[in-house]
Amino acid sequence: MSKGNQVLEEITSKEYEHGWTVDLETDEAPKGLDENTVRFISAKKGEPEWLLEWRLKAFRLWQKMEEPKWPNVHYPPINYQDIIYYSAPKKKATLDSLDQVDPELVKTFEKLGISITEQKRLTGVAVDAVIDSVSVATTFKEKLGELGIIFCSFSEAVKEHPELIKKYLGSVVPMNDNYFAALNAAVFSDGSFCYIPKGVRCPMELSTYFRINAANTGQFERTLIVADEGAYVSYLEGCTAPMRDENQLHAAVVELYTMKDAEIKYSTVQNWYPGDKNGKGGIYNFVTKRGLCFGNHSKISWTQVETGSAITWKYPSCVLKGDYSVGEFYSVAVTNNHQQADTGTKMIHIGKNTRSRIVSKGISAGKSQNSYRGQVHVMKRASNARNHSQCDSLLMGDQCGAHTFPYIDVENNSARIEHEATTSKIGEDQIFYCLQRGIDEEAAVALIVNGYAKEVFNQLPMEFAVEAQKLLALTLEGSVG
Amino acid sequence: MLTIKNLQAKVGEKQILNGIDLNVKAGEVHAIMGPNGSGKSTLASVLSGREEYEVTGGEVEFLGKNLLELEPEDRAREGIFMAFQYPIEIPGVSTINFMKTALNEIREYRGLQALDAVSFLQLMKEKMKLVEIDQSLLSRSLNEGFSGGEKKRNEIFQMAMLEPKLSILDETDSGLDIDALRIVANGVNKLRNKNNATIIVTHYQRLLDYIVPDYVHVLYKGKIVKSGGKELALELEAKGYDWIKNEVAVA
Repeated sequence: MSKGNQVLEEITSKEYEHGWTVDLETDEAPKGLDENTVRFISAKKGEPEWLLEWRLKAFRLWQKMEEPKWPNVHYPPINYQDIIYYSAPKKKATLDSLDQVDPELVKTFEKLGISITEQKRLTGVAVDAVIDSVSVATTFKEKLGELGIIFCSFSEAVKEHPELIKKYLGSVVPMNDNYFAALNAAVFSDGSFCYIPKGVRCPMELSTYFRINAANTGQFERTLIVADEGAYVSYLEGCTAPMRDENQLHAAVVELYTMKDAEIKYSTVQNWYPGDKNGKGGIYNFVTKRGLCFGNHSKISWTQVETGSAITWKYPSCVLKGDYSVGEFYSVAVTNNHQQADTGTKMIHIGKNTRSRIVSKGISAGKSQNSYRGQVHVMKRASNARNHSQCDSLLMGDQCGAHTFPYIDVENNSARIEHEATTSKIGEDQIFYCLQRGIDEEAAVALIVNGYAKEVFNQLPMEFAVEAQKLLALTLEGSVG
Repeated sequence: MLTIKNLQAKVGEKQILNGIDLNVKAGEVHAIMGPNGSGKSTLASVLSGREEYEVTGGEVEFLGKNLLELEPEDRAREGIFMAFQYPIEIPGVSTINFMKTALNEIREYRGLQALDAVSFLQLMKEKMKLVEIDQSLLSRSLNEGFSGGEKKRNEIFQMAMLEPKLSILDETDSGLDIDALRIVANGVNKLRNKNNATIIVTHYQRLLDYIVPDYVHVLYKGKIVKSGGKELALELEAKGYDWIKNEVAVA
């Protein structure tokens, strides 16, 4: 930030230091976004002064920023003053049985192979006390506590572990990183915090599912995961069940931080409402995800399966600062009907002997547009950096689009960068071969597409991979023939 | 088992089959021979239900059902198997996985339970031995990077797995060296029994040295112009297809 801006900011922030009162009685902030809104959110959450200041700073920066226009996606302008930025988590009406749930939804659950218990949990049907996810979560939490692992909601972490939040918040994704990250910093609702202490290998996959208060984290989620020296954690985000939300705009931030010899594996299955067949409705998903391999020999691995949202704007990235650090990105992005996705990664090689690997599998069907956008940047100091990128596109039908935008910047001559890209179509011959073996067209498409995406699915935890395969088939249902 | 009456078909605007009559009973092996462009592969494609081929006349009955009304996948489930001339590649899908999917879809159609992993593996091991194929090949992506011989052997392995009632081998001998030909033919012979039937579509006689047919039919200009026993194939080999062409011209 320039000195001029800093001064300007100090003055403006002073003006707002006093004199604001916040009505704590209401559960909802009025529509629109100004400093008042930010203060309201912070007060509602009972945040300390330093965090409020942090939010306000982000808000002021955001006001001076412009929404990015470079992604290959098109949507009507968003009116940021027409959004409610805070509403207290509403208690969903509890239903007595699944019979009261939309049968279409139940059908989808069944196709995905989601258990009855899970179905009930997702739709708000009362669940038996024995298998109540809350009690399960409590058991897990105790087990994690014994190892010194902290896993809680972001708000809880602010209260219980302020020193950690202060140290790491914004350390990977600065508040002014981009328009949506700044917006998130100003108004983030809640999210997850996870800290794995030195030398601890987290014995289970951590998932938001096992976290109390996981529901209703809202549209501006914030996740921070720190793995101390030699620590390891595998983290799962999202679920394959279709997620509906009243909020159209989602702008989440995820920060990962690994010390020396530490590893974080972060897997996502995103299945937000994509809008109807004609492209009406659907979530706008503008996410900033970044990992910092701070220590030597550390590793961050992103795996994502993106099937939902009307618009996806998302580039999980790795900053490879430590020598010998490793960054990986495995992605399957599916678009159907009128969906638009502009997704990919950034691998920033700073340390020596750093390695990165990119495997991106785009699948476009219907009238959708699917873009891969990836940057590999080898900085001056990063001698012997290695990158291998594989970007494949699969087209179904002749009305969709697949685009690849690779950016490669190399400032060190010892770097070795490889980029492979292919585009293919599901062939009539492939389908007929399956038909002739008694496999119907839908199953054939599922088989072919899952074969295509196998390299990425192999990176997912076993159970998640099985669900993701079914999800893929479901998303593409009826898109051939 | 299979009764074809006056079958006519075209691709695009081109009429290819001009009235085929053929009767195949259980336990029989029929060879369909003929010069290039006579309609051999078209016949195989029409029977398996390829969309690009339009049937313009005639009837086909298979096990009491009107075959032409069935979808291609249902024909397969009813027991028709085609060993392709050019088996297609499906990256990322192993033959094992492919067969598991196919077998269970067929079983479901027939009202049978899906095979569990152990029974499936057992069945696979048994069939692998029968057709002399290595498991490492079956774990690889279907046909991807396979040699010509490996592809054809894989087709016969699939045939063994699915236990069809009627197998159609479309130019299975093309691109095979003599050793591969012998292995493929051995596999087919072992799978022959009194309940199933085989139609071998081929240009050359050499495959018939290994798989001895009960009947040989010569196809020319979309019609069966001559039928006979296995000795007809030898006669064809000796005299060449011009012999048939001349005969047809004279008639």
